[in-house]
Amino acid sequence: MAECRGLGHSVQRKEDARFIRGQGRYIDDIKLPGMLYLDIARSPYAHAKITRIHEDTAMAVDGVAAVITGKTLEGFKLAWMPTLMSDQQMVLPVDTVKYQAQEVAAIVATSRYAAADGAAALEVDYDPLPVVVDPHEALKPGATKVRDDKESNHIFHWEHGDADGTEAALAGCDTVVEQKMHLPRIHVASIETCGCVASWNPVEGHLTLYLTTQAPHAIRTVVALVTAHLGLAEHKIRVISPDIGGGFGGKVPVYPGYVLATAASVVTGKPVKWVEDRSENLQADSFARDYHITATLGSRNGKVTALKLDTIADHGYSDAAANPSKFPAGLYHIATGSYDLENAHVSVDGVYTNKPPGGIAYRCSFRVTEAVHAIERMVDLLARENGEDPADFRLRNFIKPEQFPYQSALGWEYDSGNYGAALEKAMDMIGYQDLRAEQAERRARGQLMGIGISSFTEIVGAGPSKTFDILGIKMFDSAEIRIHPTGKAIARFGTKSQGQGHETTYAQIIAEELGIPPEDIQVEEGDTDTAPYGLGTYASRSTPTAGAAASIASRKIREKARKIAAHLLEADEADLVWEQGKFHVKGSPDRAKTIQDIAFAAYTNHPQGMEAGLEAISYYDPPNLTFPFGSYICCVDIDRGTGQVKIRRFVAVDDCGVRINPMIVDGQIHGGLTMGIAPALLEEISYDADGNITGGNFMEYLVPTAMETPHWELGETVTPSPHHPIGAKGVGESATVGAPPAVVNAVVDALWHLGVRHMEIPMTPARVWNVLNEHGAAATR
Amino acid sequence: MSSHQISVTINGEEHTREVEARLLLVHFIREELGLTGTHIGCDTTSCGACTVLLNGVPAKSCTVFAVAADGAEVTTVEGLGNGGLHPVQQGFTEKHGLQCGFCTPGMMLTSKALLDENPDPSEAEIRWGISGNLCRCTGYVNIVKAVQRASELMKENSDG
Repeated sequence: MAECRGLGHSVQRKEDARFIRGQGRYIDDIKLPGMLYLDIARSPYAHAKITRIHEDTAMAVDGVAAVITGKTLEGFKLAWMPTLMSDQQMVLPVDTVKYQAQEVAAIVATSRYAAADGAAALEVDYDPLPVVVDPHEALKPGATKVRDDKESNHIFHWEHGDADGTEAALAGCDTVVEQKMHLPRIHVASIETCGCVASWNPVEGHLTLYLTTQAPHAIRTVVALVTAHLGLAEHKIRVISPDIGGGFGGKVPVYPGYVLATAASVVTGKPVKWVEDRSENLQADSFARDYHITATLGSRNGKVTALKLDTIADHGYSDAAANPSKFPAGLYHIATGSYDLENAHVSVDGVYTNKPPGGIAYRCSFRVTEAVHAIERMVDLLARENGEDPADFRLRNFIKPEQFPYQSALGWEYDSGNYGAALEKAMDMIGYQDLRAEQAERRARGQLMGIGISSFTEIVGAGPSKTFDILGIKMFDSAEIRIHPTGKAIARFGTKSQGQGHETTYAQIIAEELGIPPEDIQVEEGDTDTAPYGLGTYASRSTPTAGAAASIASRKIREKARKIAAHLLEADEADLVWEQGKFHVKGSPDRAKTIQDIAFAAYTNHPQGMEAGLEAISYYDPPNLTFPFGSYICCVDIDRGTGQVKIRRFVAVDDCGVRINPMIVDGQIHGGLTMGIAPALLEEISYDADGNITGGNFMEYLVPTAMETPHWELGETVTPSPHHPIGAKGVGESATVGAPPAVVNAVVDALWHLGVRHMEIPMTPARVWNVLNEHGAAATR
Repeated sequence: MSSHQISVTINGEEHTREVEARLLLVHFIREELGLTGTHIGCDTTSCGACTVLLNGVPAKSCTVFAVAADGAEVTTVEGLGNGGLHPVQQGFTEKHGLQCGFCTPGMMLTSKALLDENPDPSEAEIRWGISGNLCRCTGYVNIVKAVQRASELMKENSDG
């Protein structure tokens, strides 16, 4: 039998064969006969009344076949669509635009260029209205009201924890630090933008939607619910998510362009493609973060005791955050982090402003990055206020290994952890004490060097059905495995890879459980007609949910295989021993049947009374979330002349439980770290006072290149999840969550002796230079 | 809209077409010829997903008019392996230099041009060489390793 190469093997990725040959099939590669192209005319204003849309100006352009406006959609009751957070957002405005770059009309034409010409030619008359950009201003009495259908700009108040107990605990602390911080708007900016091809078949009443979506099944249900009044039904809707060029959470929401392409296909009777360009992607698609946090952390006798976070969340003009339905601020209440904290209270107030809607992940499980940023910044500040090294302070205040499973003050049950081991390993790898000595020496010479730590705890794998649902649909995920007569297999999942390598790692899980080599297992996702229902890939949930389902379905198959093996070996089931890939009779290792033998028998020689075939399906409802963790140490040098922050070294020790494919895990961490330093140093979607976007293309929105990205140094510890079938926890987002405060702490550390206590992000050269200048430390030549 | 007849040799095969003056090379390659391995990731010549080799030199094909490529030799990812796998393709898969695969064709063509000019680049030279190509998935470390591996393979091939 071939070596099965299950868990722990760096198996080469199966999906690479097509990608390295340019044979991936992404959304813009799909071309259907007779297909039309859709482009979108967008608002130049952040807030304005539309007085007239001159459709004839676009229709006059050669090749333009149709112009769709909000009034067209209103006729189908499709001008507005529901969001996942019980709000609504416009597909197209009927009378008022609420942010710059908002969709105003769709132009459908015979070619991509003609559609763009039509969008450019469309004349629209606007009456500009007052704009509110700052969420604090939006909350003041008399502020410009963003939404005509709401009473104020205040969307929701959410709080969690013991407010009075936390205040009392803070009053009893001997050391308290308070800090305001803003985590600005950022954008996932996957290199592939979003798009779709909608193909309506009026004869069959059937809609096929090729869609850049991380959650094809949920999208199908949403489309069915939203269009039921038009006669569409879920069995006549097929969503196909082809190869996805990066998702990171940005391909979870339903965007107006998808609905417009669908409407255009229905109107024209032809397939319609919409693929946004980069500027549209950055200016109109869901953003992440935009949390204004006021954090308070206190200690008594050097022991961290109480945490309070008060938060203003800027949601733009609609609350379209892609959170589980019961969690308007996501899993922000993981904010007590890696520390044994007895008292905590967090609150979030959601606010409307004249900006695009969203509030989604940026490679982060539902607001965990915001929580980690707050606690890791505050612990650093508190350590220094206590006169202690931030590493020592953390080591003393961590939740101890023997405290797991650990009940946090904010109600989570952490599954497993060994935080001290991860931090000590990171300190060893980077040579922490030597670096501190070097820093003192450099500081004496006037050089700015800093060392920053982040010891994060994540919360991923949403989630248990008792609390986690999206629009009522429980957040399980699924695996369906069929073993063919020749011992090869096909496995289908409710998730959808966007580069994570599911075709390889899921096959490895099945290989581990059944002894069938990964190359003998075809893994498929993303076609709602064939794959079992699942909630999709985001929030690091694929391994915790669908990965677990792969194990459980495999084990169901193994139980049937045991019965067939008993029949073939003429032995009692109880006397059979499973070793990887075969059953043998206890004490007689030669009397054995391989899984391949058994698969053949399942179709050719199965026991009387047993159904033929060898397949199983699992819809896995996780008993708890998983809690990956790690410790990162960042060492920076700051140029006093330019304010440039250079990451000299970055050590990342991650513990994601059992690793399925170490090569892929390292790759996920490399990418996550890069998306972690990005908001710390480079990225921001910013607006001026009139609501004009000032960071809406790749010239201004600075995604890290190979030049800004350091050589990542990785380490690992392995603390299995006790409740996951293979002990895995999920790793796709850990590094993005954990890295930013390590960089900020390093920069603040470099500037601490100058009196600097905090840095807002992104820490661009200009921002850092201004801080240096304020503190008399900027080099003048 | 004025149109022009152009002849472009792509991956060794000459294609003659009547095109609009404003047609971008990337759309000529993708839409006219159906070679969809060349991708589009931005609208400001920033990301490099559309990189092809234009007479052997990396060019962002979203910022070249098709008419400007009249008479040129163009290599796209489809022509990289020439039947088998080019060492750069081999290096990218061996070293996990790709995840979603979207930036990969452009990244590989830039890497090939780099190695053609500098067969034994340092890490710093590789990072500089690929800095016009954005990758959102890999964090670049494994892309650097992939280019180093490709360099080794190319040397082995030329020694052998």
